[in-house]
Amino acid sequence: MDLLIAVTLFVLAVFLGVELITKVPPTLHTPLMSGSNAISGITIVGALVAAGADHSTFTAVLGFAAVTLAMINVVGGFLVTHRMLGMFGPKRRRDTPAQDRAASSAEGAGDR
Amino acid sequence: MDDWTTLGYLASAVLFILGLKRLSRPRTAVRGNQFGATGMLIAIVVTLTDNAILGFEWIIAGLVLGTAVGAVLAVRVQMTAMPELVALFNGFGGGASVLVAAASYLEAADLAADTPRLSAAAGLAALIGAVTFTGSLIAFGKLQESLRWSGFKGMQVVSVAGVAAAVVFGVLMVADAGNPLWIWLMVAVAAVLGVLVVSPIGGADMPVVIALLNSLSGMAAVAAGFVLDNSLLIIAGSLVGASGLILTQIMCVAMNRSLLAVMFSPAPSGAGGPSADDVYAGKVRSTSADDVAMLLEAAERVAIVPGYGLAVAQAQHAVRDLARRLEDRGARVVFGIHPVAGRMPGHMNVLLAEAEIGYEQLVEMDDINPTFEQTDVTIVLGANDVVNPIARTDPSSPIAGMPILDVDKSGVVVVIKRSLSPGFAGIPNPLFAADNSMMLFGDGREAVVSITKALQQI
Repeated sequence: MDLLIAVTLFVLAVFLGVELITKVPPTLHTPLMSGSNAISGITIVGALVAAGADHSTFTAVLGFAAVTLAMINVVGGFLVTHRMLGMFGPKRRRDTPAQDRAASSAEGAGDR
Repeated sequence: MDDWTTLGYLASAVLFILGLKRLSRPRTAVRGNQFGATGMLIAIVVTLTDNAILGFEWIIAGLVLGTAVGAVLAVRVQMTAMPELVALFNGFGGGASVLVAAASYLEAADLAADTPRLSAAAGLAALIGAVTFTGSLIAFGKLQESLRWSGFKGMQVVSVAGVAAAVVFGVLMVADAGNPLWIWLMVAVAAVLGVLVVSPIGGADMPVVIALLNSLSGMAAVAAGFVLDNSLLIIAGSLVGASGLILTQIMCVAMNRSLLAVMFSPAPSGAGGPSADDVYAGKVRSTSADDVAMLLEAAERVAIVPGYGLAVAQAQHAVRDLARRLEDRGARVVFGIHPVAGRMPGHMNVLLAEAEIGYEQLVEMDDINPTFEQTDVTIVLGANDVVNPIARTDPSSPIAGMPILDVDKSGVVVVIKRSLSPGFAGIPNPLFAADNSMMLFGDGREAVVSITKALQQI
């Protein structure tokens, strides 16, 4: 890949990331962090190649360690995010209309 | 890399983008996380079918070990320990990027296939990744409170020397590319830098550090992507880097401190302002759980403002019981959440969600502040600096200008706290001595439980 193309991808992806994330309500800050953290485990792709390239035992061991670390990051990150998100959500024991209205306005404020 | 691999990577990149977008809406967040995981699965499968992979022993061993450890950590972690876990995962991501960069650099050097570009990118990946790795481990230790070391005098000089050394090693990695010594020196000096930079930061500044390390773990992946010439690493890493930067920015704004101030002049000192004796002498009213229950019994609107003390006391379930009891009596109960309450962005929200308090009851600072004047009773539980009215009034205070929750404007403020000890900023809090405030001293959870019990008996 041409270096300039790689740099272009980098810059555009950063802008895209900024646009995607700017309006996240604070309630989701922690899951967003652990979820995006799991995505940063994408290094796994490089780690797999390093571990399987069969170049030297030393680089294979480095690759093995990289696969292990990245996989902890990936599996742990997505799982714990799922666990956390499972606890979020509107949970009301009973319907009290006044509360519902107030609740939806408060949520709307955070949501947009 | 053949065309199918490239197309597979494109699909992963699209899934990551859609996933992040959905992660930022409460209704779609679960789906967003699944999109991300699917993208990752595709990336892994596509890579495994790549021709460059000849042996699978090390791969399978790493995949099995990593999956097992990651799953155990994710399933067993307590919600109060979430900041530690996220710090740890950030570190592992950074560490993996270092190892990937080192392996490709060494392989390229052996085959004399190294280019200045590859060497420079490997240097960056080693630097960012190793700083992320050790910095995250230090953050992990600090969050666990097993590590209290905050550095030594003249540490900043050493840090500057370290940065200079990293630049030199980076240049040498390019100029003397066949020599594997330089990348290891780079990793070593970066590892020391990570320790030096994060060690002095503590307490209430932790949300900034974790957000920044999150961003760095993405940037390390970007650098590894430049080493491997891999577009997916560059795209996915940039997305994470950008999201971490935005969270860092949000946290800094919420504390009215710049990132540089957090990193290089940590722990604002409380010197100069009025002493605790001046502020508190004779004006602090102590109260009992029974009296608080009487107050709450008559209250129509109640706000609860949690801080890190909620996490320490594991009081989230007790607070839920109190809120439900008040609601049963017809009161309206909301939770006011300061953006930097706790030790990571969104920390309080996660704890309260664990206690099955719906997110519609958690109100952001800007939305709850105008409502305090109509609030009968506000309960401050384990929060201090984020409710200190001095931030509004005293321009010379270390927290001057920090946005706070205006709890002092509500009818009565009940502060549940172990003692009058200052918060992270080290300054006394006039709120505790205000005419409409009363202190309920004790452990957060026990205090809330006794209030709930007292309410039952009324």
